[in-house]
Amino acid sequence: MAAVDIPIAGGHADDAHGDPHANYLTAKRGIGSWLVTLDHKRIGLMYLAAVSIAFFAGGVFALLLRLELFSRGRTIVDAETYNRFFTLHGAIMVFLFIIPSIPAALGNFFLPIMIGAKDVAFPRLNLFSYYIYLAGATIALTSIVMGAVDTGWTFYTPYSVQTANSVISMTFGAFVLGFSSILTGLNFIVTVHTMRAPGITWGRMPLFVWGMYATALIQVLATPVLAITLLLLICERFFGIGFFDPKLGGDPVLFQHFFWFYSHPAVYIMIVPGMAINSELIATFSRRAIFGQFAIAMSSLGLAILGFLVWGHHLFVAGMSEFATMLFSALTFLVAIPSGVKVFNWTATIYKGSIVWASPMLYAMAFIFLFTIGGLTGLFLGTLSVDVHLTDTYFVVAHFHYVMMGGTVIAFLGGLLYWWPKMTGKMHDEFKAKIGFVFVFIGFNVTFMSQFIMGSRGMPRRYYDYLPQFEPFHKASTIGSWILAVGLFITAYTLLEALWKGRKAPRNPWGSAGYEWMTDTPPCLANFHETPILTRGPYDYHLATPEELATGWDEIEAEEKAAKTAEKKG
Amino acid sequence: MANVSEPVHAGAAPGADHGHDHAHPSFLQHHFDTPAQQFNASKLGMWVFIVTEILMFGGLFCAYAIWRALDPDVFDQAHHFLDKIMGASNTIVLLFSSLTAALAVRSAQLGKKNQTSAYLIVTILCACAFLVIKFFEYRHKIELGLLPGHCFGHPWFSGSIQKGETIGTCLRVHADQAPGNPTWLKAIDQSGHVQLLPPRANMFFGLYFVMTGLHGLHVIIGMSVLAWVLVKNIRGQFSPEYFTPVDLGALYWHLVDLVWIYLFPLLYLVGKPE
Repeated sequence: MAAVDIPIAGGHADDAHGDPHANYLTAKRGIGSWLVTLDHKRIGLMYLAAVSIAFFAGGVFALLLRLELFSRGRTIVDAETYNRFFTLHGAIMVFLFIIPSIPAALGNFFLPIMIGAKDVAFPRLNLFSYYIYLAGATIALTSIVMGAVDTGWTFYTPYSVQTANSVISMTFGAFVLGFSSILTGLNFIVTVHTMRAPGITWGRMPLFVWGMYATALIQVLATPVLAITLLLLICERFFGIGFFDPKLGGDPVLFQHFFWFYSHPAVYIMIVPGMAINSELIATFSRRAIFGQFAIAMSSLGLAILGFLVWGHHLFVAGMSEFATMLFSALTFLVAIPSGVKVFNWTATIYKGSIVWASPMLYAMAFIFLFTIGGLTGLFLGTLSVDVHLTDTYFVVAHFHYVMMGGTVIAFLGGLLYWWPKMTGKMHDEFKAKIGFVFVFIGFNVTFMSQFIMGSRGMPRRYYDYLPQFEPFHKASTIGSWILAVGLFITAYTLLEALWKGRKAPRNPWGSAGYEWMTDTPPCLANFHETPILTRGPYDYHLATPEELATGWDEIEAEEKAAKTAEKKG
Repeated sequence: MANVSEPVHAGAAPGADHGHDHAHPSFLQHHFDTPAQQFNASKLGMWVFIVTEILMFGGLFCAYAIWRALDPDVFDQAHHFLDKIMGASNTIVLLFSSLTAALAVRSAQLGKKNQTSAYLIVTILCACAFLVIKFFEYRHKIELGLLPGHCFGHPWFSGSIQKGETIGTCLRVHADQAPGNPTWLKAIDQSGHVQLLPPRANMFFGLYFVMTGLHGLHVIIGMSVLAWVLVKNIRGQFSPEYFTPVDLGALYWHLVDLVWIYLFPLLYLVGKPE
């Protein structure tokens, strides 16, 4: 090497990163060590904390708006405030929670580990994206103080140009959050391409990583279009450029096209990671090589590609030519193919597997069930004649909540319970986790199944008041939201309790063949003590050695016994 | 560009030691195994970032395509008000700066530090020249009231205007004095013809300002990146083994150049299909 003795770029890495063999949680201590950490695992946990807070905030708004709808007329707030509730619920859940949830929290933590890398390709960019996220969240949430935005999370013009509320701070916040999303996606793409350990070929790459990769492609390709859309909206409000204003020769439908060109692919940014987690859960708890690994991997890419071609189905009644609507309708039906490939391959994996009914597996089964309902009702909406009746009704609301909440959030919870021991080194209480699951599952179905029914009977979405015949359904839906909230609190309590009272978790508590379970619990700073050289796939249960599949619970029990006897003696 | 021939995901040789004990070149970050892997990752990262930039501008090009298809006549009329000479000069300036950026990479690869600095400085100066020319163009448009949206026909620098009053080469013609009535502009364009611009021309100038404004922002970002690279180069942080920032900075600069290569004909030279 030439005489380059001034440390540059990562030259200070050696000081910033401690002993690569130390436990990542305890290698460095103090808040400061977290705030400037470049470790993808710590950044993942910081993201997890941030998105959990966002989920809580979005959930509170959901409960409030459901409470308002409990009875006809005014229940707790006036119509204006109600508009703000559903806008904030939607905007927070979409931009602050679901989009970053799985990729930025669990993906950040596990993607490098699952490909045997020491970190993501650009650790500083990773930390930077976290701070951009915080900045975006702050900007977006100032709109709550400054007269919360009331346009719905889609910011359709002309509402968003005419309303007196702080559209600019909310859209600028979403714009900034988009950058965070782009940087995470960019990091993942480069990491997957350049950082795989020897032996992890594309064919052997875990399906979670495939899902993250497909998601990253969408993030990188779609989010810039949202950026320019929101920028134009801001220009429209600031300078009155009139791109979306018919008075000045613009076109409000163009905004919808721009918006959904991002936001439809964004739906796949939300659901593909959920599917990615589900593939891992199904394989681990069926103790079986996943059926059609290649097909599942390709279906993730298929969804990523198709996601870009179907945005027009949000505008069937907004004013498009008949030919365009027919084309978008046909393309929309194509989405059912990769989705179906996944669902059938998961079912085929479970078939003749030796199923373990651990709490993550319950979530995985719920995912298949709920996602199937959510997916199939999507076909109703993709059908032109049916959509004219169902558009902008609670049917749509129920459909996307079955996909987003019944799909992504359920998978997120399943993934959290599955990886919690690896991330924290502590095992949660399985019994409490299952109780939580029962409440979540029942509460979710009560909340949204009733919305399917009233939607199909013509209850429009976003309305403050409704006709008497819808009252029983709204009441059921609101009661369901309470059950759901109880379930989520139980689950959150279970996870947090594990941190203080949980048993020490062994290396591979679930007995999985996946790569991430080969390293310590919790992982060391460099993820692996030596770069792993893989000679089998992550689902090859028939090739995995007994040592690899051993859960390690025996040793933990022996340790606990020894500790108890020592306590008695002491 | 670089002489990197190893396969992309080669990583380290199996069984290699991955602690921090053995000798690493100081520019190699701890989580990479080889300089080649680090270089490939950085370069791919920049390419992916460039893709996001292209998609962001893609939204604007899409909007441009829609309105030009709807109103080809207005675009034809309005484009005569852009200064083709200034636009062409800027094109030449940017093309030249791309050349010097590429030469900077070349000299960095050869380890010629002072030459690299010189090329970078020329590139940055070209960027400044571009912005100065752009400033004069903008000022002219603003003086004439060739502005987007509501501001169309409202020159900022000329106080209150009466019906039919001449402002520079521009004349406002109100069909009706009722407030909010669309303003027509009667003006002498760059080639000396008197043109009547319909109010819909605001869309053309909206696109002009948003597209060139966003591009101008990118010129400023690119300049800052190149200045940062220049500082690193002066400090002697590059070598034939490690010149990634020069390479990526130049790559980004080429994107800035390329966007302008499309903006110039689309805005300044549109014409009308016969």
